[in-house]
Amino acid sequence: MSSAMRKIGAFLFVVLAFLACRTNQPIKNNTLDHGEKDAESGLFLDNDMLLVKGQCTGCHSAKLISMNRFTREGWKEKITWMQQTQNLWDLGEAEPAILDYLAKYYAPEGKASRRANLENIEWYPLNLP
Amino acid sequence: MNSIWNRRGFLKKTTLATMAGVLGANIVFAKRMPKGVIPVGLSKQNLEEILPGKHPDLIILNNKPWNVQVPPHLLDDATTPGDKMFIRNNGIPPEEVNLDNWTLEIDGESVMNSKSYSLKELKTKFKQYSYHLTLECGGNGRAGYNPPASGNQWTEGAVSCGKWTGVRLKDVLQDAGIKADAVYMGYHAADNHLSGDESKEPISRGVPMAKALEDESLIAWALNDSDIPLMNGYPLRLVFGGWPASASGKWLERISIRNKEHDGAKMTGTSYRVPKYPVAPGQKVPLEDFKIIESMPVKSLITQPKTGAMIRKGEILNIGGHAWAGDLEVKNVSYSIDFGATWQNCELEAPVNRLAWQQWHAEVSFAKEGYYEVWAKATDINGTAQPMVIPGWNPKGYLNNSCHRIAVKITDS
Repeated sequence: MSSAMRKIGAFLFVVLAFLACRTNQPIKNNTLDHGEKDAESGLFLDNDMLLVKGQCTGCHSAKLISMNRFTREGWKEKITWMQQTQNLWDLGEAEPAILDYLAKYYAPEGKASRRANLENIEWYPLNLP
Repeated sequence: MNSIWNRRGFLKKTTLATMAGVLGANIVFAKRMPKGVIPVGLSKQNLEEILPGKHPDLIILNNKPWNVQVPPHLLDDATTPGDKMFIRNNGIPPEEVNLDNWTLEIDGESVMNSKSYSLKELKTKFKQYSYHLTLECGGNGRAGYNPPASGNQWTEGAVSCGKWTGVRLKDVLQDAGIKADAVYMGYHAADNHLSGDESKEPISRGVPMAKALEDESLIAWALNDSDIPLMNGYPLRLVFGGWPASASGKWLERISIRNKEHDGAKMTGTSYRVPKYPVAPGQKVPLEDFKIIESMPVKSLITQPKTGAMIRKGEILNIGGHAWAGDLEVKNVSYSIDFGATWQNCELEAPVNRLAWQQWHAEVSFAKEGYYEVWAKATDINGTAQPMVIPGWNPKGYLNNSCHRIAVKITDS
């Protein structure tokens, strides 16, 4: 197997593994209007955009970011998982800025289109006669 | 009248004294308190002092104008008590109600003789009737729509079925005389516009003559054999069961018999209207493609138990609630505990009278411990059922009649 093919194979593995482990949050295309996007990556323009682009798109497409929606904690889990299993390096001082960016522009949009989960349930023992 | 707001929408001095007593301190800068704002410490436990005669566990969505909904488990009564009746105000209720001076005028292009009746005349001149009538806000369930629709974000609790007493609207209109070209009736009321502009009506809606002339269409002065609660229209209101409750004008002062579709406030534009055809979520709809909402769709509520009930494995859970279908009767209610995969029939009672909601009950057993949702689904006599998902999106978020769901947990021991 050529070096190029190995690279492509590794790339596909990363993408597929990432997709397989994705949480079941819905993929949304009707993104909130966060302004201008980077023409090359499609990521929202921001002071930290280049940081995210530089650290994250070496292995996978920026679309893997932009089609997903997670909280800051959710994105941290993805980074940790990639570090543990996909050879992602230590992001060091860049990590908080990357997480801030992801949580700002790619946060869950909050509402389900057709039915949301029941939430804020106040559980109580029901004493039956 | 016990309104805490004066005519201009500011807090009355007496109210401020009550608030100070409750909070244990004088409210600093009380005179400058903005219109409609209530100090944080007063928000829930003192609701009754703010809204006389209302249950303290009602949920305030808006306090100017007042929009207050009822948690489903508080709607368990077959006949909704006044303290558990939702409030949907479009303006500021009248500050002063003088029963001796209150009159109802009948006018309009299609009235034969304009007339005026005192409350006493209404009560003595015409035969009195009582009906149990379902009133639901057209926007009940709006919070379920995505993209979000603007307006008060009602979830389930903008519905009621009280026993209303008064005279038939048709008896009064026929006493004044209805011309052959009559098309619609529109109401005018004593509430005030939020802006304080006295030339503007906050809301002036109505119904086509066919609905106005039904036996159950009332001019009412009593709810459950008592005065109507002041936030629900004291001393006089219209009641049209099964139609968006906004058609049932509160604080009723005047009825116009119109020779065209009534064009009062919130009759036109997109108010209480939906697209004539199904639209995609978020789609822009031209104004001319909207139609007025008439009969409300089939719907049901689980009012027993309250969501969140935890019972032990092997115990039988009694569930129950109400079902209604606008102008129609409900023919069936079923429940599911497996997210709609299978459905079981409930016992369904007949309505007390036409346009009253119907009670349903079932005994439910659960095979194993775990998290369950109980869903209820009503079907009307034409075979139309509630959707399990959110129904067709519409720009103003009306008519969400999706199945009501409660959470239940079955524990091991």
